[in-house]
Amino acid sequence: MSVFNQSRSNIIRLIFAGMFLVIAAQLFHLQIISGKYKKLAEENALFRKSIYPTRGIIYDRKGRSILNNTIMYDLMITPSQVRNIDTAYFCQLLGIDTAEFRSRILDARFKNGPFRPSIFEDLLPPDMYARLEENIWKFPGFNLQERPVRTYPFDAAAHIMGYVGEVDSAILKRSNNFYQLGDYVGRSGLEQSYERELMGQRGIEFWLKDNRNRLVDHYQNKALDTPAVAGKNLRTYMDIELQQLAERLLAGKVGAIVAIEPRTGGILAMASGPGYNPNSLTGPAKQENYGRLALDVSGPLLNRAIKGQYQPGSTYKPLGALIGLDEGVISPASGYPCLGLYTGCARPVKCDEHKPGHAANLRLAIANSCNSFFINAFRLEVDNSEFHSSRAGLMKWKEYVNAFGLGHRIGVDLPSEDAGNIPDTAVYDKEYHRSWNSCTMYTMGIGQDKMTVTPLQMANTMCIVANKGYFYTPHFVEKIDGAGEDDTILNRFRQRHEVLTHIPDANYEVVQSGMQDVVEIGTGRPARIPGIDMCGKTGTAENYRIFEGKRIKLRNNAVFVCFAPRDNPRIAVAVVVENVGYGGTYAAPIASLIVEKYLNDTLRAESREKVESIASSDLMPTYLVRAQFLADSIRAATWALQTGDSTRLQKYTNRASRAALLDTMHKIHTFIPVQPKMPADKPKQTPTPKPELPVKGAGDSTR
Amino acid sequence: MSQRNPAISKGVDWSLVWIWFILCSLGIMSIFAASYRDGDIVLQGFISLKTDYSRQLLFFILGGIAGIFILLTDSKFFTATANLGYAFGILLLLLVFPFHSRIKGTESIIKFGSAFNLQPADMCKIFVNLALAKYLSRVETNFTRPRSQIIAVVIALTPAMFSIMQSEMGLALVYFSFFLVMFREGLPSSVLIIGFSFAVLVVATLLVEPNTLALALTGVALLAIYILRKQIKRSKGVFMLVASIWFVCVGVQRFVVPFLFEHVFKPYQVQRIYALIGKDYVPKDQATEVALEDEQKNITRRNSNNNNYNVKQSKIAIGSGGLIGKGLLKGTQTRFDFVPEQRTDFIFCTIGEGFGFVGSMLFLGIYMLLLMRIVAVAERQRSVFSRCYAYGVASVLFFHIVINICMTIGLAPVIGIPLPFVSYGGTSLMTFSIMLFILVRLDADRQMVLR
Repeated sequence: MSVFNQSRSNIIRLIFAGMFLVIAAQLFHLQIISGKYKKLAEENALFRKSIYPTRGIIYDRKGRSILNNTIMYDLMITPSQVRNIDTAYFCQLLGIDTAEFRSRILDARFKNGPFRPSIFEDLLPPDMYARLEENIWKFPGFNLQERPVRTYPFDAAAHIMGYVGEVDSAILKRSNNFYQLGDYVGRSGLEQSYERELMGQRGIEFWLKDNRNRLVDHYQNKALDTPAVAGKNLRTYMDIELQQLAERLLAGKVGAIVAIEPRTGGILAMASGPGYNPNSLTGPAKQENYGRLALDVSGPLLNRAIKGQYQPGSTYKPLGALIGLDEGVISPASGYPCLGLYTGCARPVKCDEHKPGHAANLRLAIANSCNSFFINAFRLEVDNSEFHSSRAGLMKWKEYVNAFGLGHRIGVDLPSEDAGNIPDTAVYDKEYHRSWNSCTMYTMGIGQDKMTVTPLQMANTMCIVANKGYFYTPHFVEKIDGAGEDDTILNRFRQRHEVLTHIPDANYEVVQSGMQDVVEIGTGRPARIPGIDMCGKTGTAENYRIFEGKRIKLRNNAVFVCFAPRDNPRIAVAVVVENVGYGGTYAAPIASLIVEKYLNDTLRAESREKVESIASSDLMPTYLVRAQFLADSIRAATWALQTGDSTRLQKYTNRASRAALLDTMHKIHTFIPVQPKMPADKPKQTPTPKPELPVKGAGDSTR
Repeated sequence: MSQRNPAISKGVDWSLVWIWFILCSLGIMSIFAASYRDGDIVLQGFISLKTDYSRQLLFFILGGIAGIFILLTDSKFFTATANLGYAFGILLLLLVFPFHSRIKGTESIIKFGSAFNLQPADMCKIFVNLALAKYLSRVETNFTRPRSQIIAVVIALTPAMFSIMQSEMGLALVYFSFFLVMFREGLPSSVLIIGFSFAVLVVATLLVEPNTLALALTGVALLAIYILRKQIKRSKGVFMLVASIWFVCVGVQRFVVPFLFEHVFKPYQVQRIYALIGKDYVPKDQATEVALEDEQKNITRRNSNNNNYNVKQSKIAIGSGGLIGKGLLKGTQTRFDFVPEQRTDFIFCTIGEGFGFVGSMLFLGIYMLLLMRIVAVAERQRSVFSRCYAYGVASVLFFHIVINICMTIGLAPVIGIPLPFVSYGGTSLMTFSIMLFILVRLDADRQMVLR
């Protein structure tokens, strides 16, 4: 029988071989021809993990870190590993209820899957961390994960340092997908300006994933990984103690302080009031705090030093003098017979000084801040016969003022600087249908009309006057650690702008003498520091605001600019304080304290007292209370309208709670503007009917 | 094995023993590659018996010991006890029904304590093989007679029936491989052809719209009648034959396959078959759907995802191996449990990914060598018993190898049968080892005529 069926063994062999051939063909197809499986496998199993380097540290001029990194902890959960835990105790530790606990677990499971860790609670407060750390072993599936967080050891310089936040879609798009969802970037201040330097270089690690997307191991022993490079540290010109002093002096006030080193353009301090504690935007309550700050009508997030547009008032006068001298329309000897009123145009302008001969020469005119003299000088500049027309005269004048760094952004290394405003012929052509003359805008000669500047620009003009014609673009960062001399970012700050060096030094000497007299014998006497030759100029600008349809007059804005010492200027300061009345009582002393602190590195006992008294005075505009009430109640009403949920609105509509609310917000309910007695620099009547709002969104918090 | 002991080694076909050794080693290595994690201590892993590869190593050693005992046994023992063994096997299969423990969605396992599982449906392969060989080698058996053929088929398929009743579809199908033995011993080739045609018909039923297929079959039948019209004129029998074939085909297509799918197969098995041919399985009624979902849950617990996922991941793993593969322990897919059941049914992925096309071809080559060697060994036997037994071993191995590998590369439905000598699993390794060593033992006595 076997012989009979012998051939069948070959058939069986053929069947075996045939099937194996089919398998071989399929393997050939899968492994050799079809390339997609390799890629699929990589997608399956490889994970590119971004490694975030620590951000750079920002130091002040004495090497103290103003902005540093610290470690906070996130509570992570891996849902699949959570079992047999004492839920009640856990919730008690975290201060949540069990329903919240369950919903968070479900949330984590839903968002990230049961096998991968997700954040259960981020940035634990220190006490909660301490409690959890002791007990974490009792809760399988939970662990604490380190997270680097920015910290501001001096609680100061919030506006300058800025903060980091998660990228939004606009940044994502702009960055060409350089950033990824969930990345942190600098959102304001130096954090934003120097983002590229501070962030360092992201590293990439290739990890192997398993079937549940857990990261298991390094791929190929890190052969393909690029290590993260830590962010570069920034060395700034800032003096953190000076900064703290400046912020202290602005407590309870709306205003700004800028101090610059004239020889380098390095900014020593820059404060804006009202401010906020920068650490409130890093910790666990950052969202909540941010919301509160953003809704505050007094605008604590606003950096008024670069965003506040103020009329410079009399602080413009030294510039007007220099322009007049250079154009040759006035000389150091020229005077103006002022008796307290300028009558050269249709509408007279008052001058605070009545004594005859108070503007007998330029030096006296500056020292006494004679309005008539400078209005006259301005008109002479505009109507300069050399240019044949007032139009050309105004444009020439604008050219000078622009050269002083006004009317355009200076280019400080902070984002979103404002340009201020120096009007040109086009503006007046439009408004007056081309029929205007120097009388139309004559108050520009005393820093009013349409002229607005930022405190930073004011400080910079002082640098130019102090340096006799040149300046360096004001900036914070002196050095970037590890960057060579040829780095391009800081080069623009190392360039000397010789904008007005063609004006002879003698002219600067005259103006500086006048400004020194201001401090020694004139309107700026409160700024005098024994043993220091300081040049300064006070300024006052009227402060109007349209509120609830009415134009209310607030107390005047006080301005003071100065530099010291005169011979070897080491610091130039500009101070603006809103709603305080006149320059002498607040702006000048504040500037003086800043100068004293910086030059002497300490304060005299009497100065320390002055600091206390200034810091403790609350000068917030009172209308802000009502403005805050309005904003909050309108928001509540909108909410009620949109959602039908009127619970938020009730406290604003109920009469009793409404009164209580306004009362707790502020004790004062008066809107009657206080007209203070002005011993020195008085405000000038503004002829233009439209008031310039001093600051966008200026106002008070709910105090 | 020790060549110093002439009593054992006399007449032993060492090539088979070596192939067995190589395959088992490859298996342990693959299981090691699939379950080793960086940082594990290798030596400890192998000694501790806690890891899969150490357990596989143990069963490999036990298999070797069993082999030595078998080689020490007289060949006549196997012929003498073949029928007894078969009866014992059937008894075990029957015992499963009252005593089975439901693990991993099967009802075919008896548990002894916590450590040892017995799966009679698997072990029965040896008994059936021996019994079939015994029956076919009987002097009285005239295998040209249909009666003998039917008896042989019944011997082979009875355990298959029990297996199906125990929800072990894959194991049941293995018993159909004995048709190859019968074919070698003279079963009409038409049976194989009809069987094959039946398989084609079933697949076509799944793929083609029922009515279209019925029309096509009718068309083929009419064409056959037209071609055979001369013969039909001479004898009505031919017409009747064609008509009955047509009738059977349409019957199968319209009634048998739907019946099988709805009443014999488990819903998840139907789904697997559908998944293989690229169709979605829509359960007919609510109950089936619920059953399917239940089963799905079971399977999910076991496999972490559905079978589409298994096959896809398995194909990705093998496909990503490329020409020469990623190297041992370098595979990204097989090492991190992307392929479920990887140590057992999908062990071939480890080889495909780690060693690529070249490695897979060499691996297949070893199996091919084994099968060809067994066929060669079979053909040199003087006794029909040994030859039948050898063909049985070859057929069972062939079926396992082909279906298992086809499963991993997406050519066959996932029916869960292991790769001989390589897949993780003590029972499977022992069963195949014993089967092979019995063959070696019988072959050592090839000059003897065994009945």
